[in-house]
Amino acid sequence: MKRFGSFNIFSLIVGFSFLYIPIILLILFSFNESRLVTVWGGFSTKWYGELMQNQGIKDAAWVTIKVAFVSSTIATILGTIAGLVMTRFGNFKGRTLFSGMIYAPMVMPEVIIGLSTLLMFVALAIDRGIFTVTLAHITFSMCYVAVVVQSRMSSYDDSLTEAALDLGCTPFRTFILITLPIILPAVISGWLLSFTLSLDDLVIASFTSGPGSTTLPMKIYSMVRLGVTPEINAVSTILVGVVTLGVITASLIGRRQKQQVLKTQHT
Amino acid sequence: MQTNPNFFKSIFNGRNAVIAIPYIWLLLLFLLPFIYVLKISFAETIYARPPYSPLLIWGDSWLPSIKASFDNYLFLFSDSLYIKAYLSSLKIAFISTILTLIIGYSIAYSVARAPTRWRGILLMLVILPFWTSFLIRVYAWIGILKTEGLLNLALMSIGIIEKPLMIMNTDLAVYIGIIYSYLPFMILPLYANLEKMDMSLLEAAADLGCRPFKSFWTVTVPLSIPGIMAGCFLVFIPVMGEFVIPDLLGGSETLMIGKVLWTEFFYNRDWPVASAVAILLLAILIVPIMLYQRSQEKAIS
Repeated sequence: MKRFGSFNIFSLIVGFSFLYIPIILLILFSFNESRLVTVWGGFSTKWYGELMQNQGIKDAAWVTIKVAFVSSTIATILGTIAGLVMTRFGNFKGRTLFSGMIYAPMVMPEVIIGLSTLLMFVALAIDRGIFTVTLAHITFSMCYVAVVVQSRMSSYDDSLTEAALDLGCTPFRTFILITLPIILPAVISGWLLSFTLSLDDLVIASFTSGPGSTTLPMKIYSMVRLGVTPEINAVSTILVGVVTLGVITASLIGRRQKQQVLKTQHT
Repeated sequence: MQTNPNFFKSIFNGRNAVIAIPYIWLLLLFLLPFIYVLKISFAETIYARPPYSPLLIWGDSWLPSIKASFDNYLFLFSDSLYIKAYLSSLKIAFISTILTLIIGYSIAYSVARAPTRWRGILLMLVILPFWTSFLIRVYAWIGILKTEGLLNLALMSIGIIEKPLMIMNTDLAVYIGIIYSYLPFMILPLYANLEKMDMSLLEAAADLGCRPFKSFWTVTVPLSIPGIMAGCFLVFIPVMGEFVIPDLLGGSETLMIGKVLWTEFFYNRDWPVASAVAILLLAILIVPIMLYQRSQEKAIS
């Protein structure tokens, strides 16, 4: 029986062209000499130079990095605990509500999350700024971490944990010594995912940020509204580059981890 | 009052404390905000800071009087713009979910049937755009679709068209943007499902004389329904409230409720109406969201 035929090759080529041509064109035209984004005027890196002169973009980038770093770190801790609770704590009171609060933010339209979080901050008289954006980012990122960690937790054998507990290891030590090393690749990719989610978020940040805490996507959005410029292409290219590097690193870590597991199983 | 020390002990034991940390966080920062939206959707718009009237008024009596008005909801139903925006969002979300499913299925199916050594890299190629900024991916299409954009330049230089196509700022551009942005969300659950499908079932069908096309429809598709459901929810629900794509690629006639909410909030500064828009959108989406949650819970257990 023919398994991988010409239809498959065709749909992969068309599908991946669709996914990648826009990004490749975007990167290509960031190196364009001409100010027109659609006409090639020769190779140049001048837009990157111009970018370095743009204080607004640099400030926004700094805010974004701070928010992304802090929110992804806290989200990873909370999300890992949540993933653990979802897989290893059986049925507890309010479990359905808990899993609802984990899954709903992943599909809930961002405008609803942004508006509702903002209205609460206003009602509680919490000043909008980096702090509020970070809180909002932690909340949706931790759900992604929880799901990533949960899928890893449910795919490994629990007998090691049980053995440790039987031998008198405390639950906390068992988690640090046994569970954490096993789920570490998931925790790392959860952190990276949170970091990029925070790096990318426009809608929720627009609602929850205040004056002086403009994030990079908010800055890019306000530039895009004024028109397509090679500067936007340049800053986009940098962002795409950073994320690509992160994803490749994460997958290499994952692969190495897998090989180590295989090695230890063979010896 | 009699208190049982064991009661406290059982509540504050380690296990409950571990559950409580993420639980309380989500209660305070995800669930509680909705109560404020609900409350403000019954308030009146006033020129003040914050720009809405209080719901509870503490008068002379010891009980506050409640001043709730349904005006915002009545307003949503009286002005046809809002109803049209909800219906148009439903239509756009429905059509783009179907189109994304068709395109996503053929890609996920082909990745799952590819030789094993290719699968890792192919899957990586699907995931990579999923990690790349949404805003940037939508922005990339502006340069392609606009009147003097790359698509028109390319088509005109080959000679397929003489006049530039007007795609930018139309519903077609919105559909392209949605399919492009949400495709990885469709492919990933479909691939996860198709990849672990038992191939011997298809071989059995083939041995019994079933044509490949027929066995695809009678074996592969029915078995992949959980993946199809998950992918469709992951596309349909967020697209209903999509703001960035209709704002950047759509035109003035593209009505989507996420954009209406944004305009009410940021340009009209009408927080109560924006809240009512959000509550109504939530009311439409609550059933799909719960179905999605249930399908995910089934998948892990």
